[in-house]
Amino acid sequence: MASNSRRWLFTLLGWLVACILFFPIFWMFLTSFKTEVAAVATPPQLFFQPTLENYVAIEARADYFNYAFNSVAVSLGSTILALLLAIPAAYAMAFFPTKRTKGTLLWMLSTKMLPPVGVLVPIYILSRNFGLLDTRIGLIVIYTLINLPIVVWMIYSFFKEVPKEILEADRMDGATTQQELVHVLLPLALPGIASTALLAIILSWNEAFWSLNLTTANAAPLTAFIASFSSPQGLFWAKLSAASTMAIAPILIFGWFSQRQLVRGLTFGAVK
Amino acid sequence: MSSSIVVKPRHETPRIKQRKRQVSTLPLVAPSMIALLLWMIVPLAMTVWFAFQRYNLLNPDVREFIGIENFTFILTDPGFWSSIVTTVVLVGAVLAITIGLGTLLAVLFDQDFFGQGIARVLAISPFFVMPTVSALIWKNMLMHPVNGLFAQITTGLGLGAIDWFADFPLLAIIIIVSWEWLPFALLILLTAIQSLDREQLEAARMDGANPVALFRFVMLPHLSRAIAVVAMIETIFFLTIFAEIFVTTGGGSGLATTNLAYYIFLKALLEFDVGGASAGGLIAVIIANIVAIFLMRSVARNLDT
Repeated sequence: MASNSRRWLFTLLGWLVACILFFPIFWMFLTSFKTEVAAVATPPQLFFQPTLENYVAIEARADYFNYAFNSVAVSLGSTILALLLAIPAAYAMAFFPTKRTKGTLLWMLSTKMLPPVGVLVPIYILSRNFGLLDTRIGLIVIYTLINLPIVVWMIYSFFKEVPKEILEADRMDGATTQQELVHVLLPLALPGIASTALLAIILSWNEAFWSLNLTTANAAPLTAFIASFSSPQGLFWAKLSAASTMAIAPILIFGWFSQRQLVRGLTFGAVK
Repeated sequence: MSSSIVVKPRHETPRIKQRKRQVSTLPLVAPSMIALLLWMIVPLAMTVWFAFQRYNLLNPDVREFIGIENFTFILTDPGFWSSIVTTVVLVGAVLAITIGLGTLLAVLFDQDFFGQGIARVLAISPFFVMPTVSALIWKNMLMHPVNGLFAQITTGLGLGAIDWFADFPLLAIIIIVSWEWLPFALLILLTAIQSLDREQLEAARMDGANPVALFRFVMLPHLSRAIAVVAMIETIFFLTIFAEIFVTTGGGSGLATTNLAYYIFLKALLEFDVGGASAGGLIAVIIANIVAIFLMRSVARNLDT
């Protein structure tokens, strides 16, 4: 009896907290189906005639798809590039550790500590000189480098869980390093690689510092597009809500499904 | 979840064989290392170089070596010191809020209750919202002085509206960033609590420990490492908070929300003062590195390779 009432108390508290934290997202989602008039109505409307006009309007702004495409291209591009660089490195460090492996891993991680503002000026100037300013390639290169340490660490930790005996048996059969990597290890570590990719996509998708500073129109991803709504003349709440909903929905769903792996990725395995 | 970093005793392989394979692994690690080495050294070297020069993109022909003048200029600029204070207040406040509340919420979400899984998913959602979106939702739909939900509620109650970004700009930023990062602290700390040995908890309960004592003497010590990791990672991110300020206050009112990151941004891309911005950037790098030393140490302890 006592434990039952305790359970109800925790249910109430837990849901209260969840609703408070989720509320801004819920409110944005709700507003995206209102007319602009209803969006700013006093008192705020919880019940209204839902409309899709904002989504249509955002879609009609031809450039919305350009921004969305940039987000997809940059996130996927940088994730693939980071995986291509990281998988061999993680493989070597996980299966052939040397005295320097620990140092190398920590050093890679330490590059994450470089504050972006500290290198904003040189990166800006380099991008300009190489003609990479406001290009997707420029962003892909930067996002790859930003995410590379985390990607190496995560894949390294997943590779560590693959039983060594399997690889050794295969090696006895005369498999080359490449065959071993492609035919044995990758299939075994695929779930881990997939969740690493997921995290890299999330991080790239939401990155705002470099996208705001290095892009203007051509290569601007959704983070920068949404920021363009901050100017006073661009204030259409319902349309802003619709655009925001479309910008965060894919990543939100990704995030929900990958929370466990996220803990590992975000703390570099220090918390299990 | 089994441990990911801790290495289990390895199946012994013949020495000679391993050495032969070792040689072939260098080309595998090299691309990543070279890429990161370039990413770290080239911009940093340029920053150091620029920091000692008079270099303004508006007038790029006048470019000369001026020694430490940029540093003396920055270090005597009241705006710089105000940005340091803002940075410290912002980092400190958000850390206190996210870790304090995060620990309590982690304990709450560790309890068994109805719909716990869904509630947890809802609670951690803010972390996945891109900073520009969360800044705009809070600015326009919640904290707006006329049509924002908060203003409508407080005026409805006869309390009048608060103009958050005019009257309490830094507090408004703190609230937004806390909302974004509380889920992170909750997620990490909840995972850490769940790895706590249930039998240990039971034993303490048998011995008559009340819930407060359980929390204080069993859970909190167990969480200390996770709390340290959360604090360090959050600090690294909070030192360079940018998008939230860019979208909401633009560093204002006055300099109220100009943190170090935003100060350097203003110098670099609005004043085009490459020399001054680089000097500021170098100071930011030094501050981040002091913090990073502690983080690396706590991570290194977990790595038994």
